Amino acid sequence: MRGTHNESDAVDHRPPLILGGPSFHDVTEAVASPLERPPTRGWWLYFLPSVGLLGLLGVAVGWLFFEGVGVWGLNNPVGWAFDITNFVFWVGIGHAGTLISAILFLFRQKWRTSINRSAEAMTIFAVMCALIFPGIHVGRPWVAYWMAPVPNQMGMWPQFRSPLMWDVFAVSIYGTVSALFWYVGMIPDLATVRDRAHGRRRMIFAVLALGWRGSMRHWHHYEKAYLILAGLATPLVLSVHSIVSMDFATSQLPGWHTTIFPPYFVAGAIFSGFAMVVTLMVITRRAFGLEHVITMKHFDYMAKIMLVTGMMVGYAYALEFFIAWYSGSAYELFAFKNRAFGPYAWAYWTMVSCNVLLPQLFWFKKVRSSLTWLFALSIFVNIGMWFERFVIIVTSLHRDFLPANWFMFTPTFWDVATMLGSFGLFFTMFCLFVRFLPIVATAEVKSVLPQAAAHARTAPRVELEDADALPSASRLARAEAE
Amino acid sequence: MALLRPRLPPSERFGALAEFATPAALYRACEGVRDAGYTRWDAHAPFPVHGLDRAMGLRASRLPWISLVLALGGAATGMGLQGWVSAIAYPLVISGKPYFSWPAFVPVTFELAVLGGALGAVFGMLALNQLPTLYHPLFGSARFERASDDGFFISIESWDPRFDAERTVELLRRLGATEVELVAS
Repeated sequence: MRGTHNESDAVDHRPPLILGGPSFHDVTEAVASPLERPPTRGWWLYFLPSVGLLGLLGVAVGWLFFEGVGVWGLNNPVGWAFDITNFVFWVGIGHAGTLISAILFLFRQKWRTSINRSAEAMTIFAVMCALIFPGIHVGRPWVAYWMAPVPNQMGMWPQFRSPLMWDVFAVSIYGTVSALFWYVGMIPDLATVRDRAHGRRRMIFAVLALGWRGSMRHWHHYEKAYLILAGLATPLVLSVHSIVSMDFATSQLPGWHTTIFPPYFVAGAIFSGFAMVVTLMVITRRAFGLEHVITMKHFDYMAKIMLVTGMMVGYAYALEFFIAWYSGSAYELFAFKNRAFGPYAWAYWTMVSCNVLLPQLFWFKKVRSSLTWLFALSIFVNIGMWFERFVIIVTSLHRDFLPANWFMFTPTFWDVATMLGSFGLFFTMFCLFVRFLPIVATAEVKSVLPQAAAHARTAPRVELEDADALPSASRLARAEAE
Repeated sequence: MALLRPRLPPSERFGALAEFATPAALYRACEGVRDAGYTRWDAHAPFPVHGLDRAMGLRASRLPWISLVLALGGAATGMGLQGWVSAIAYPLVISGKPYFSWPAFVPVTFELAVLGGALGAVFGMLALNQLPTLYHPLFGSARFERASDDGFFISIESWDPRFDAERTVELLRRLGATEVELVAS
């Protein structure tokens, strides 16, 4: 069992998910001990620029509130540009986290256990970034509460037939459920950190862990709760990006008015989300020495998912053109000709290159097993998917029905500052997460180790001598440490 | 309030705590404790050991029903709120549709059903488990810290009708415990 990719497990004849044949205690040690050491210089190297960008977000939003949406490059007819591009981009990023934590859980894909915690954290931070934009783009943010169905002095209520209203509910409930899922998944690991800590740190984690004591009677309800949450989060994530796409699809605008949008947006969201997971994991596993927990096999799987979803969006791009021609609508056909060959053609072809052409390299095993390639391609996909939203929004708006209305959109400094600032928020939160919370679901990883199998029907009877060896080895290691 | 300490019968002794070397040993010991007829006892492991709930003789969790009721409540709230707002509180004709145009209300109804079900699953789980309970007599055992790391334990509470300090400890040893201790309340 101690070995590499190719040796297969005696139980299910598959290669081990976690390399090096670690004991249960080794897993705890690998995940919990970095949290107990002072932050490394590398961590500060990521954290300080992130906080700097977060400060930029504060300035950009403050100036926006003071001066108004005129500080952005918006005009008539381009009333939505960077703001909603960033919103859709960030919501999409979040979806891979839910896919990994919920959908792969339902499909019993055990390899998810190494990456689900950090992917879920990514989801929550991405939703935080996303929620900023609808909040600040309304022009008068102090009346943003009009989006909530609360009794008010005007006697007015929201208009529930609008997809924008559905979106308010979908994204805020998505954020809430993702946070619950993340926290519930973390309770056993918070208890692990608590049991290793002393003093005030122990008190803080004692409260966070809610008094978890690994009771099997608790695990019994806990596993059921986790299954229900996964079952609910799966249709939720599909509905969220479908509803986001309906913000566009239910309008009359050529380029937006398309029935393919819901599945196309969901595929794109998963595509971009996995790219972001790869970007973050390449850095995190090296920084925390988790190469044996987040293995090359995980990257191989994620690259294959990116290959599939990348081809799905490629198919959607092609089908949009086909339908534009097949519909016989002159406006529809113009919108797409303009998209590919008009003034924003550079953005369109950036999108196609990054999302459809470059991911084809994932066909090659050499690319899928090279961290350099994976990292570079994941960055390209992130860029490509940002441009996809920009292309859909701006190219459809900037030349609408009457040529007299046509106008180009050019981003201002504050457009760019707000976008970069949202990355600052995201990376600041992620840095704080990897610093203070267990970044791998240790309880779940332990349960996929070969020695975790206890049931007589699925596991060979453990020889008692062997069985004693595992914990006593870890006990020795602990005695040495003390 | 059980927020800080669990509500337990008054007793000087909480019970017996036995450690086992492996999940497999814990599994077989649980079958033994169950068959010996104990009722106030528990197993503790750093991860949910597969099949252990059956080895302990636990009944299926009621949690799905709690979640279902809250999900249906969420859906009813969603459709009710939108219908009331659009047809009674603030009727407006939008795109020539009827006031109670229910197909347009499906997305929000669905989202609120998911919210209800998720809240039911999380808070129902906490309620069934009587969590948060920040302190527990078992935390008094230094060995028990490993229940969240690599330790596998069985605890038998002293108010179990079959509990007898000597004989219970003897049983746990016979079932393969590597260490057994008595824990104060």
